[in-house]
Amino acid sequence: MMFDKVLVWVDERMGLSAIYSTIFDRKIPKTNWWFTLGSASLFLFVLQGLTGMFLAVYYVPSPDHAYDSIQYIMNGVAFGWLVRGIHHWGASAMVIVVFIHMLRTFFYAAYKFPREITWLTGVVLLLATLGMGFTGYLLPWNQRAYWATTVGTEIPATAPFIGDFILRVLRGGYDLSAVTLARFFAVHIWFLPAVIAALIGIHLYLVVRAGISAIPKEDE
Amino acid sequence: MSDTPNIDRREFVKVVLAFLGTLMGAVVGLPAIGYLISPATRVQQKEAWIPLGPLENYPMGEPKLFSFTRTTVNGWEKTANSYGAYVVRKSETELKVYSNMCTHLSCRVTWKADLKEYICPCHDGHFDSAGLVTLGPPPESLHEYETKLEDGNLFIHFTEG
Repeated sequence: MMFDKVLVWVDERMGLSAIYSTIFDRKIPKTNWWFTLGSASLFLFVLQGLTGMFLAVYYVPSPDHAYDSIQYIMNGVAFGWLVRGIHHWGASAMVIVVFIHMLRTFFYAAYKFPREITWLTGVVLLLATLGMGFTGYLLPWNQRAYWATTVGTEIPATAPFIGDFILRVLRGGYDLSAVTLARFFAVHIWFLPAVIAALIGIHLYLVVRAGISAIPKEDE
Repeated sequence: MSDTPNIDRREFVKVVLAFLGTLMGAVVGLPAIGYLISPATRVQQKEAWIPLGPLENYPMGEPKLFSFTRTTVNGWEKTANSYGAYVVRKSETELKVYSNMCTHLSCRVTWKADLKEYICPCHDGHFDSAGLVTLGPPPESLHEYETKLEDGNLFIHFTEG
């Protein structure tokens, strides 16, 4: 068939089938449904990335327009409610799924040798996911967002000696302002996604390299 | 297996996957396209009949200015633009309404009763009572609005651009 010929031609030059078999045809021990949470986390990250790209088409990170631009997405744009709804609920789902993924790894003791670095990158990925939730929460610029971020930035401010400095760094000054909104937006759409994407790359490389750990037995 | 008239298992899975894949792609893809092109499908009203009130409010003789504001909405942004129209009644039957926008660079002209002319403050353009250029840089006469009367109320046909 013509299609198969093209496939072979491309594979000869790119070696895609080798990548495919390394990732999908590797040997794994007997697992259960808890082992799907890593893939679920990845799916949710991609989903959040895609819906986030679409939201960025209309969202404006400025106190003058943030709220109105979201009202426009919800009421003025076709399927805007759907895109924002998926991003909203996907955010909560991602925090939950990533957290349960960590619990599974912990209770199956899958973080031990030789998988310590997989675990450590996972720790940063969990923290980055929470950071996405924290920065994204401010963006609607409604009362809830404003006061949640007011409180959220005051908590690290209670740290001794440097607390006040941390608060000013988070807010970009003493007050929660346009500067805060702009930097939360930048962190939400550029800095943290970049960190998460890079760490997912390392995380997955290590999962493929070391393989999946088996479920521990009673006497282990 | 190969001589059975029905499709085999592998073929069946392929067909079902292709069908479900297309379906899911459409369910996700079509709203995505709709989302992106949505603002382009909104038709903006570029013309309107503006009510100027009862005709008897406008005395015979001197041109009288009527000011109004038009608001355009683009997404989350509202823009209000002010316009002015000079209502001129030479006689009971003769009615003209001119835009006060200078045809040179869109400054607003004002009626000077002593000169019997509209004068633009920006580059000293002059228009006579019929809107024709008498002096200065304006390339054409003042824009004239189409008018209509309904139950003694005056309307002008406003078109943008």
